Amino acid sequence: MSHETTVPETARADAVGTRDEATLRPVPFRGGGFVHRPLGPVAPIVFLAILALWEIGSRSGFISQIALPAPSEAFGALVDLATSGMLWKHVGASLYRLFVGWTLGSLLGIAVGLAVGLFSLARAGLLPLVSALFPVPKIALLPLFIIWFGIGEGSKVATILFGTFFPTVIATYAGVDNVDRNLIRMGQSFGLSWLSIVRKIIVPGAMPAILSGFRISASIAIVLLVAAEMIGAEFGIGAYILMAGALFALDQLIAGVALLSVLGLCISWLIGKAEKRLLSWRA
Amino acid sequence: MQLVLQNISHRYGGTTVLEDISFTVDDGEIVCIVGPSGCGKSTLLRIAGGLEQPGAGAALISGAPPEGSLNPLTYIFQDFALLPWRTVEDNVSLVLEDHGIERRERRSIIADVLARTNLADFAKALPRQLSGGMRQRVAIARALAVKPAIMLMDEPLSALDSQTRELLMDDLIALWSRERFSACYVTHNLNEAVRLGRRIVVLSRRPGRIREVVEIDMPLTERAARLGELETLQRRVWEIMREEAREADREISDVA
Repeated sequence: MSHETTVPETARADAVGTRDEATLRPVPFRGGGFVHRPLGPVAPIVFLAILALWEIGSRSGFISQIALPAPSEAFGALVDLATSGMLWKHVGASLYRLFVGWTLGSLLGIAVGLAVGLFSLARAGLLPLVSALFPVPKIALLPLFIIWFGIGEGSKVATILFGTFFPTVIATYAGVDNVDRNLIRMGQSFGLSWLSIVRKIIVPGAMPAILSGFRISASIAIVLLVAAEMIGAEFGIGAYILMAGALFALDQLIAGVALLSVLGLCISWLIGKAEKRLLSWRA
Repeated sequence: MQLVLQNISHRYGGTTVLEDISFTVDDGEIVCIVGPSGCGKSTLLRIAGGLEQPGAGAALISGAPPEGSLNPLTYIFQDFALLPWRTVEDNVSLVLEDHGIERRERRSIIADVLARTNLADFAKALPRQLSGGMRQRVAIARALAVKPAIMLMDEPLSALDSQTRELLMDDLIALWSRERFSACYVTHNLNEAVRLGRRIVVLSRRPGRIREVVEIDMPLTERAARLGELETLQRRVWEIMREEAREADREISDVA
């Protein structure tokens, strides 16, 4: 090969301290790439560009009004909803169900997850049950919940509760399992009580896993919220979307979907805030 | 207070890791335990502090712990074992909180141990903001806070670079000269052993047995100036260990 014949010469030249200036060249840089740069304004630009293209497509007639209403029309439907005073009624009803269902499901999930993580008996008894029930689509159980908890708020809250409960259990017990054993051993070596070890070492140590479980359970909760509100609900974003769909009022349907997106973004932002606060000790 | 290890043997599954180990850590004495990797040094230390139960034999203490000792047998860990979500002072506070000490006294104990380990300026820092050496100082401060009778040190300097190790070794010697703590000090670093140990217990490869106990009479504070003599001692310990270490290196390990 060619470089095998040239390298010894330059190496010898370097060894005696005389440089061959003619062949002197920089070492090629090859360490670039694979690093993400924060590009703040890109996300809104992409979003606005899609909206603009969509609007132009609708106005020029390229996108048929029957297939997809223009974003301005969907926005108009949203304004109508707000001026008629129904916006808050729908959003308020949804937020209430989401809040109660998700909070209860998460609290129960954390409690059961801690039990599974801490006690062998709970692990042996409950974990197979959790594994068996987690994959069951809670929407399929909705008729059952209606019989058990009534057609009103009960069945809707219960659907969300059950939907958020299982992923929270799994996130929590996995978090407990991942707590550094050496920290627990440290706690024992200093004679800390069992409760202190759980409260001061295990729960904070499992917190990152619990919070990332929240992200998943919150998305599941929104999906289930809409499904539950499609049966026997007078108010709620899901009911609004269902009504719009039945009337083929596509502008209202898009407006409802946009509301759900905003709701999802808000929740994700809130969880991000909580992570920043609770996990500030991480780099 | 004395720590007495009596005929300790231990097995993991089918593998014997420790066999018939007996020695005593006397008041104010640092006993170093050295041995090839996988010889059960850390297991022995866990047994000594009651974190693991020996298969046979017993770890005993004799005599009363010093007045006000909250945790007579106190560990210093290789990986420091600091809670990453607690600041330096709160990490020290952790080990006092279960003893029903009133808040003001707790504050003063924390301030005192942080001052003794030169950490007063770092009280509000999180572990991740500190260098390895500073983290181990925090762990030492935490250990001092419970007024231990005997410190059980599991390779406390092994996770540190060699300059930091020298600095911390000086700190430990200064601390020992002031407080005369007793310690059982596990290490694989023979230099640390001859610098700190009053006695060096040399273990064989698995199953760990006592090969030899080397006594060093030289006062701890003089050792930094008499490195030549220590060098000879260190070589002697190495001669004892060499074959064991070579054999241990070639073993296939199935015990963590």
